[in-house]
Amino acid sequence: MLQRTEQLTTSARAAQPQRVREGSPWTGLWAVVAKDMADHLTSVRMRILEALIVLTALGTVYGASEGLRETVSQDRFLFLRLFTTGQEPLPAFVGFLTFLVPLIAIALAFDAVNGEFSRRTMARVLAQPIYRDALLLGKFLAGLFTLALVLAAIWLLIFGMGILRLGVPPGGEETARALVFLLATLFFGGIWLGVALLFSTVFRQPATAALASIAVWLFFMVFWSIIASTLAQAISPTERGTLNEVLAQVQTAQTLARISPNTLYVEATLGLLNPSTRAFGLVLPWQLEGALLGAPLSLGQSLLLIWPQLTAMVAATILLFALCYVLFQRQEIRA
Amino acid sequence: MSAAVIETRDLTKRYGDFVAVDALNLTVREGQVFGLLGPNGAGKTTTILMLLGLTEPSSGEVRVLGLDPTRQPLSVKARVGYLPDQIGFYDDLTARENLGYIARLNGLPRAEAQQRIDAALARMELSEVADRPVGTYSRGMRQRLGLAELLIKQPRIIIMDEPTLGLDPEAARRFLELIRELKDEGITILLSSHLLHQVQTVCDRVGLFYKSRLVLEGSVPELAQRVLGGAYRIELRADGPADTLTEALRKVPGVSAVRQEAGARFVVEATSDLRAEAAAAVVTAGGRLTELELDEPDLDEIYARYFEGVQHAAAN
Repeated sequence: MLQRTEQLTTSARAAQPQRVREGSPWTGLWAVVAKDMADHLTSVRMRILEALIVLTALGTVYGASEGLRETVSQDRFLFLRLFTTGQEPLPAFVGFLTFLVPLIAIALAFDAVNGEFSRRTMARVLAQPIYRDALLLGKFLAGLFTLALVLAAIWLLIFGMGILRLGVPPGGEETARALVFLLATLFFGGIWLGVALLFSTVFRQPATAALASIAVWLFFMVFWSIIASTLAQAISPTERGTLNEVLAQVQTAQTLARISPNTLYVEATLGLLNPSTRAFGLVLPWQLEGALLGAPLSLGQSLLLIWPQLTAMVAATILLFALCYVLFQRQEIRA
Repeated sequence: MSAAVIETRDLTKRYGDFVAVDALNLTVREGQVFGLLGPNGAGKTTTILMLLGLTEPSSGEVRVLGLDPTRQPLSVKARVGYLPDQIGFYDDLTARENLGYIARLNGLPRAEAQQRIDAALARMELSEVADRPVGTYSRGMRQRLGLAELLIKQPRIIIMDEPTLGLDPEAARRFLELIRELKDEGITILLSSHLLHQVQTVCDRVGLFYKSRLVLEGSVPELAQRVLGGAYRIELRADGPADTLTEALRKVPGVSAVRQEAGARFVVEATSDLRAEAAAAVVTAGGRLTELELDEPDLDEIYARYFEGVQHAAAN
């Protein structure tokens, strides 16, 4: 009897949630970040993708600047046009970014966690005095910093080319808008980094994780807009064809479309790089009363317009990381 | 008696309905080499992971150097070195880079780390290949690199999971020698293995696992005494009438069993070293003694014999 009570207290103690953890969860974080970033920057995989994105930037921006040289004197936002102008047959640089950034982000993270398992280094690394938190966040940050490095380099390259080819310096507001655009692109990449990291935690095979990430990306890239409009027809059908019904359907479709990170990113870039953007979706004639059509918004107003998109992208990145974190903490170390 | 550095009380780990480790009570004292032995899947690796705080126990308590690995994992992991069973490195990095990463994770200052890495590589005879990618290393070299990694932490306890698995006999022998050297430096070593005969020479004490439970614990001679009855096994070869010789040997006081084997060989089990008495008995009975040898008790045999007993008990 005595022994039984003793056992009970022991198991009760073990079942109690642990309140305080010893030391900082971020011990060793920067060691992980440094190692993984070094891996990313020296890997062949990244070099290929970097070459690809630099070539794309050079090609599209060169094309855009050809066209823009004619109108240098008339445009206040010349440098932003470098990003958004497409010269046949090439689409604009931002168009390329919507699929190059996810590709790079997925390439950076799809084998982050399961790669450690398949190389059998996980047990060895976690046997060092660090928490799992540091390992996972370290891997995420290493990916994000690498992405930031690549994007910042391209951003500077484009501005440099712009100055050379157009012969005018960029204005303050232009630069500010382009910087926010850089940030938005980074978090758009962050979402896909989160997706790939999540799959790399869920699946033990890096190939499976890569395919799953690509599948999700294709789904949002190609199919989601079709599914969104079909769903919108089901959710808010137009029975009598009144204006209200049509409007409701369009709004539902738009809301659904915004579940896709691609939509969020496209809208954010539109608001930032095209200062005359006043609203997304349908604008009814009476809403435009008193508006100067085509007149650019101030940076503050544009930011206000895309604030939901920006915060949604940051939130999605954090949510995906949090989910991944929970799964990783519960994972058994044994293969 | 030296202090206990690893202690578990009723340590249990369940995966759903499956009990991986069942009410384990284990004590390892400072400076010992302790062997966790048993077949694959008996719960050895799970025990090790719980000692390191890499897996949470379902119930029971663990103390490593007086610390609780689930609550103070950083302190435990800073003092305990772990060599996993299938050791992996970053293959495209060199040995030096691999160790450098581990040193940084341990928060060692750069100069100190450099010094320790060089010393550890030299000791494991890897200095010449230190700047080659680990992908080009042989299994034995990887295992030594694993030990080098443990050395840079300067641990008080080293835990190794199947350290000799997959090594050729020569590499295994050298590795066991290294384990002895570490023991001489005062490091407590806990190792797991299913190759009983290979590790019995280095272990001061062993614990035998069977189906998630620790069924036997003690030094090898102690276990032999307990399981084999007679701790001493004398093998002799003698020409002469076999039945008479067997009978004569059996009559020697202290002999618990006599077995006749092919080629005029006899195996005598006794409670003490009865070589002289056995020889005398053979000669008196008219046999010609050609060989006489005292067998060291063999863990494999202890294990096999123990489970024969268990299965008999279960069958009855």
